[in-house]
Amino acid sequence: MPAKVNENTCMHCGGCTSVCPAQALELQETVLVVDTDKCIECGNCQKVCPVGAIKVVKG
Amino acid sequence: MNYEKEWDVIIVGAGPAGNMAAQEFAKRGMKALVIDRKQQIGPPKRCGEGLSIRWVKIGKLKPNPRWALQEITGATLVAPNGEKVYIDTGSTGQTGYIIERSQWEKMEAEKAIRSGAKYMLKALVTGLVMEGKAVKGVKVSREGKEEEYYAKLVVACDGVDSMVGRYAGLRTAMPLGECDSGYQYEMANVPIENPNYMELYFGTNVAPRGYVWVFPKGKDVANVGIGISGDSAETAKDCLDAWIEANHERFKDASITEINAGVIPVTKPVGEFVGDGIMLVGDAARMVNPIHGGGMGSALEAAQMAAEVGTAAIKKGDTSKKELMAYQKMWQEKRGGEFKKILHVRHFVEKLNDEQFNIVADLVKKGELKPEMLVDLGHGKGLAELIKALVKASPSITKFALSFLKG
Repeated sequence: MPAKVNENTCMHCGGCTSVCPAQALELQETVLVVDTDKCIECGNCQKVCPVGAIKVVKG
Repeated sequence: MNYEKEWDVIIVGAGPAGNMAAQEFAKRGMKALVIDRKQQIGPPKRCGEGLSIRWVKIGKLKPNPRWALQEITGATLVAPNGEKVYIDTGSTGQTGYIIERSQWEKMEAEKAIRSGAKYMLKALVTGLVMEGKAVKGVKVSREGKEEEYYAKLVVACDGVDSMVGRYAGLRTAMPLGECDSGYQYEMANVPIENPNYMELYFGTNVAPRGYVWVFPKGKDVANVGIGISGDSAETAKDCLDAWIEANHERFKDASITEINAGVIPVTKPVGEFVGDGIMLVGDAARMVNPIHGGGMGSALEAAQMAAEVGTAAIKKGDTSKKELMAYQKMWQEKRGGEFKKILHVRHFVEKLNDEQFNIVADLVKKGELKPEMLVDLGHGKGLAELIKALVKASPSITKFALSFLKG
């Protein structure tokens, strides 16, 4: 399952995009967009997110 | 609002790097356009807002009470066991400010505009106009339309999450272990022992591989934040909330006026921060002091360098990577060595356990280590002195500590 963003808790800081090796995340002013085709489910975004707003379910 | 299509330079991002770049290019007679995705210059900040006097001078800033809110003349370091170490940095001239960053950014943009730069807001750069491998302009999504703007040079000042660098094919993605996850509350009615002193709290229970900070913005207002290792199992938010809860007595009558979050590079700069028709400046190139994560100052300095080299390249009619490489060389010569040393210090410090941190505090307390030495570490100096003192006090760390002396 690709990264899923909880828009309710996301701070839109863009931090996750800076550790995404696949360019699958993009901050567009107030929305964090996930390109599910590009996501490689590495989980970097989930780990780095300061508020735990991203979940990647592996497998 | 309508904008011309052709520019000498397009700067993406109106933060410290972008505003300084705009001023410096415009002052040299370059037609400069700054594009920012936000509808307002400034907020939301992703920053603890500390700026040392060294950068104030390099940036030729005139501290204005509208943004230079609190002068800093020292730091209180709190060891894991609660032992406090006071460092008077003011006596050696190493002062600084906690600033109102959004106000400052706006005023810097105003300066750039007075020098001739133009600003475009609420405009998202969605890609680059390319000619082969060379950047020739930017694709912008604005007012419901897709547009293109052209420039001889594009300067990416779009922060740690720089997309522009990636669009240009520069490798800017950061390994997880080389960044910190940051979270912060700006709070009011916080009891502050001394508003001239920054407070830093260490310990694995406080902040895994990082620290908690309380940066005063006045007598009872402060940025209360945390930076922890990017690959920690915990979130920065949970760690900060737990620390505030553990210090309930202090914070019970305080409350928040802002929530901030962000990821902080604590590593080396990106390998190549220039390409054909493009330069990266500031956080976008990860020009961040890897020991404390401060990046505003080095962004100012790098923007000045980028404008100097960039203007010469534009005037020469050659903005190729080869020509722009002079900027990377200039930065490496001026700051590269220092940042490398600071990273070395960081790698040592992040290996220290709580007991060893306590020993350092104890050594300072007993006068066996000068408190100023701890400030020097932030400039990449004094590591040998620290290691020698630690080895003497705690022989168990000898092996790994000595390996750092060689490196």
